Amino acid sequence: MNGRLGQSWVWIATLIAAIAAPWMFFNFSTGRHSGFVLSMLSQMGMMSILALSYNMLLGQAGLFSLCHATFFGIGGYATVHFLTMAGAGRLPLPLELIPFLSGLCGLGLAIVFGYMATKQRATAFAMITLGIGELMTTAALSFHHFFGGEGGVKTNRMIDHSLFGLKYASSIQVYYLILAWTLIAALAMFFLTQTPLGRMANATRDNFERAQFMGYDPRVVRFLQFALSGFFAGIGGGLYAITYEIVTFDALAAPLSANALLMAYIGGTGVFGGPILGAVLITLLQSGVSLMSNSWLVYVGVLFIGMVIFAPQGILGLVMAHRPIVRAGQFGRLAMPYALVIVPSLLTVFGFVGLVELTSFLTIGAAQGKTLMLFGRKIDVHAVLPWSAAAVCLLGGIAWLRVEARSFRRVWEKLMAELKPRRSAA
Amino acid sequence: MEIVLVSLFNGLVYGMLLFMLASGLTLIFSMMGVLNFAHASIYMIGAYLAFTVSQLIGFFPALIIAPMLCALIGAAIEVWGLRRVHHNGHIAELLFTFGLVFIIQRGVQMIWGMLPMAYRVPPSLDFPLFTVYGANFPAYRGFMLLVSVGMLVATWVLLKKTRVGLIIQAALTHPQMASALGHNVPRVFTIVFAGGCLLAGLAGVIGGNYQTTEPGMADAMGPIVFVVVVFGGLGSLSGCFIASILMGLIQTFAVVINYSLFDLVKPLGVTLPGDNLLTEILTIPVARIGALLPFALMIIMLLFRPRGLMGTRDT
Repeated sequence: MNGRLGQSWVWIATLIAAIAAPWMFFNFSTGRHSGFVLSMLSQMGMMSILALSYNMLLGQAGLFSLCHATFFGIGGYATVHFLTMAGAGRLPLPLELIPFLSGLCGLGLAIVFGYMATKQRATAFAMITLGIGELMTTAALSFHHFFGGEGGVKTNRMIDHSLFGLKYASSIQVYYLILAWTLIAALAMFFLTQTPLGRMANATRDNFERAQFMGYDPRVVRFLQFALSGFFAGIGGGLYAITYEIVTFDALAAPLSANALLMAYIGGTGVFGGPILGAVLITLLQSGVSLMSNSWLVYVGVLFIGMVIFAPQGILGLVMAHRPIVRAGQFGRLAMPYALVIVPSLLTVFGFVGLVELTSFLTIGAAQGKTLMLFGRKIDVHAVLPWSAAAVCLLGGIAWLRVEARSFRRVWEKLMAELKPRRSAA
Repeated sequence: MEIVLVSLFNGLVYGMLLFMLASGLTLIFSMMGVLNFAHASIYMIGAYLAFTVSQLIGFFPALIIAPMLCALIGAAIEVWGLRRVHHNGHIAELLFTFGLVFIIQRGVQMIWGMLPMAYRVPPSLDFPLFTVYGANFPAYRGFMLLVSVGMLVATWVLLKKTRVGLIIQAALTHPQMASALGHNVPRVFTIVFAGGCLLAGLAGVIGGNYQTTEPGMADAMGPIVFVVVVFGGLGSLSGCFIASILMGLIQTFAVVINYSLFDLVKPLGVTLPGDNLLTEILTIPVARIGALLPFALMIIMLLFRPRGLMGTRDT
């Protein structure tokens, strides 16, 4: 377990960065925090919990769930009602502990639905969860008492009851509350991976018949894993409700479930921290790139499919693959091949982005009355030149990239082959 | 009475449209074990392509060209995408088609814009076919029924009576044996995938002007098609047919039933106290929870009979 300790500095650095992040965008002349940055950071926290809890299913148990947002949403809806009750003095609980209650709500619902869904695995499991997700979304739109219909339910988070005497009027206080809960939830989920349950979840993922032979019921393992992941998703939903003070059916609808999947997968399902990286990355894309481009989802989709085809281990998994090379001090030998790969990759990306943006400005952009700007110059989307330039970049980039990728792979495999005997000897 | 008859016709039309989509999905699934999430997206592409082609050369050529283009797209997806991720297992294949949904969704928005298309019923079919109790039954719906029944018969004949169909059936149940007998099983896979996409495209052509051709149509249709396939039993075309018609009828009848659970016991003199979540569930009219019924039915079916209505194996 030396490796885990060796990694702990990464975690501490992440935590310090998360604590310091709001102060880096502090506006000293007005004495205010940047609202945009704070809400983005808060979003990252919640989404990290959601993605991590999703990875308890996809990465650790090999279950492809499509209703994860259901538990997130139910935690959110319940929290709105808890806050309203607490505000009226009927729930004697400080705000800091309310997310725990939301987690219990997620757990309760996950027990009910998990009992149904975990009878199956693989494709059938995915189908049942799809049905559950759609069922809950439609229910949220039809029933007004609990879900508030299309308008959702609103509340006020300033319930005047806090462990630390805080009012939670400013979003910086809420951000630190989210950060604390994210840390607690992440630690708890990491701890769970070390328990026999976490290990058995991996075993049923990899070879469920053999896990059965060992005397474990894979269904019970799936069920427990599903229920617990619902618990953590519920915590995330509770934080969502506290942050926005309004919960609508968006919080449990299919796009959020899909987001959880994208974040966990792009970040890397095989490494514990992968979903956090994915959550941060996707949230950045969502709030940053969506300001500049209408088609950010295309980039996310292409990134996702590219990872499914070429790098199923995710971004963090790719990074981790370099560890034996770095440890052997051989990383320098990869520097040149990397430099050679980067140039055509940039060309490909430039060409692809160009084509996507040109197409989208032809239709959506035109409808919004925007014009495409590049290097401070207007670009005429009806002219031939930009289109052909982008196409040449894309096609040339791909052709070049294939050549370079082949030679990169040769170097990589040679390195790996050299390192293997050394590792097994040690 | 008139409501029952009109709803029956509409339910049949909708059910046949569902069947056209679901049959392709079932064929692909039973053959390759891949549940194609992007199936409804192909349906959407079919509708958009039909709109563009019908503006250029008319609706009836579009009825043939657009599904063909969809089949080409399907073949490309199979050859360049699915085949590459196949060795990573079923989850990877599911993830791949799931990612396609995003790309197609946004791609369609990029090419055709966010607004609904003015894809209308062709004028030659835009007249009332007959009148029941004062309500017109549009000829286009009759045409939809005709096309879908024709497609049903054609698929059945192709699968059961031709040599190609026999090979497909053989590859479906015994891929290794079929391969050992010298048949190119991967190519059969491509053909089946393309064929399924062709059916989805055809459904898009005739469904695009029946519903609206807009970027949200795949999301609206996708889940319900999965419900049909799972409810009918994965791998069974006849189960899929029954489930499609059933779901079509349920969805059209539900919107006209204005009774609630509570109305059943009202004649017994029961009254409901208060106004809370429970009373709301009991008094909500069926019309408002119609969209919920198919999913509830699917979950109940999977609980008690995991292989679905007529499935040959557990899902």
